[in-house]
Amino acid sequence: MNFKSFREYLSWLYYQYLLITGIYVLEPWEKSIFSSILFSAIGMVIYTSYVFVPIHVRLALEFFSGIFGGQSESTMALIN
Amino acid sequence: MAITAANSTLPHLSPNGLQCEDIKSNGCHNRREKNVPGTGIASRQHKQESFEQAPMYVAVMTYLGFGIVTLFGYFRDFLRAVGLEKCNLAQERVEQKDFVPLYQDFENFYNRNLYMRVRDNWNRPVCSLPGPVFDLMERVSDDYNWTFRLTGRTLHNAINMGSYNYLGFAENNADFLKTVADKTQQYGVGVCSTRQEMGTLSIHEELEQLVASFLRVESSMTFGMGFATNSMNIPAIVGKGGLILSDELNHTSLILGARLSGATIRVFKHNNMHSLEKMLREAVCSGQPRTHRPWKKILIMVEGIYSMEGSVVRLSEIIALKKKYKAYLYLDEAHSIGAVGPSGRGVAELFNVNPADVDVMMGTFTKSFGAAGGYIAGKKELVDYLRSHSHSAVYASAMSPPVTEQILRAMKCIMGKDGSTEGIRRIRQLAENTRYFRARLKEMGFIIYGNDDSPVVPILLYMPGKVVAFAREMLERKIGVVVVGFPATPITEARARFCLSASHTRAMLNQVLRHMNEVGDNLCLKFSRLKYSSCPNLCDETDFELI
Repeated sequence: MNFKSFREYLSWLYYQYLLITGIYVLEPWEKSIFSSILFSAIGMVIYTSYVFVPIHVRLALEFFSGIFGGQSESTMALIN
Repeated sequence: MAITAANSTLPHLSPNGLQCEDIKSNGCHNRREKNVPGTGIASRQHKQESFEQAPMYVAVMTYLGFGIVTLFGYFRDFLRAVGLEKCNLAQERVEQKDFVPLYQDFENFYNRNLYMRVRDNWNRPVCSLPGPVFDLMERVSDDYNWTFRLTGRTLHNAINMGSYNYLGFAENNADFLKTVADKTQQYGVGVCSTRQEMGTLSIHEELEQLVASFLRVESSMTFGMGFATNSMNIPAIVGKGGLILSDELNHTSLILGARLSGATIRVFKHNNMHSLEKMLREAVCSGQPRTHRPWKKILIMVEGIYSMEGSVVRLSEIIALKKKYKAYLYLDEAHSIGAVGPSGRGVAELFNVNPADVDVMMGTFTKSFGAAGGYIAGKKELVDYLRSHSHSAVYASAMSPPVTEQILRAMKCIMGKDGSTEGIRRIRQLAENTRYFRARLKEMGFIIYGNDDSPVVPILLYMPGKVVAFAREMLERKIGVVVVGFPATPITEARARFCLSASHTRAMLNQVLRHMNEVGDNLCLKFSRLKYSSCPNLCDETDFELI
């Protein structure tokens, strides 16, 4: 499909969003309520992942390297 | 043989779905092997019917859409109950609050919160005859479809893809309708009586003899209403102590007739011969539920073409089963009479079976004949019995004379008795339109259900938002379509149903297909994952090279 401008493409994407979620059939104020709830939920997910995911990943890596790294240290100690 | 093949415009009727190269070389061969009707040998193999399943994400999105709209439905019901919003629908009165609630079941919830929001797509007022093009009255709503008002403008010449006008007999050409006008002068319009009292006119006798000769059976009887033909005659044929084996997707009229009869009803899977055979064996072995006496009668109820799926019954296999287990067959040809078969005589001709093998042939005149009413045809004893024992014959008003004459003229046209080849031309045009339309839609990538021969084409749309958007976009492009959702179809399989007509020209079909292509791209409706390669020359071939 050929889009004459980026705006047209964005409006087509918005149309697809309306159709897929089914809110195409709702009244405009209901559409606003749904979209605001959805985007605030997505915003909260993004914020939480931005704040917490690096910390969790670092801790997980430390935990797993602790298991394997700790094992090789103890065997070295026994040999020595 | 060579001359006939060259002079006639051979329809692309290939009994076994051959590729076009084979048609070119076998064209003469197939014409030579003209099958004699009544041999009872099914010479045409049942074409594969496709019921393609959509990808998983489509089902997920459909449920998601329904879920979100249902949540909003609960929210709006809450607002209405609290009083923040005015309720436009019927409500119970304060004095009734101690009684059983009237409007709390799922059907009413669905009606209030889903159907009302989008009901501008149904019940559109039509102000012309339902031919290949028609006029619609423009209707707008100011309060989100609770009330409508007509603006006074008319949408002229919208292409009609929803009427059951298979052979194009819904026409107002004065020459064709001359006999109808004459008979109206002669007999009047109302009959003012039932068939048993004073309502059997000579024109009814003429029609019944013509129907019997058209279907190649002994005798027939006609009724004023197609739905009532089923629902009022099945109770006369089967009673308590009988067993009805009914297809899963049978029409409401058949189900109502079966329930009214008082017989035991068992449902077998749609068009599934293993399921039917299993039920027949079990019925013959075990008999009636508690007493184990044999069933008085076992009646298999099927339809010729199922209108929501577009699938065709497996008639030859059912007849083999019925002969083996000594059951009876009731065939409802509402959509298939006049629309399928090389000369329009329905599925019995399509499968080349002896019409005497089908015990009760039923059909309606509403679809291919452009009139109203129904018929039941079969052996003389059956029809004589129905004349005295059917509720419709005893109590219902007889068929009106102009309608009867319309059926007579349409049937004579199909049989060729009016001296022209108009009937055969229309049947071939319908077959060609069906094949072309289905092939092009499959090529574009839509999911189509049903048999390649059926003029009913359901296109699956699945999601509730897309169903509504499709209907509205097609109306903007001046094409009238019928979309169907829950509860007429399963909740995840909403569809648009196209009914092709012999009066659609190739140009109209091309216009519809072009718009469908655009709308399909805009709305992302092309879910099919099968690669469909049609012969590049299939659509425009008009003559064959002869070997």
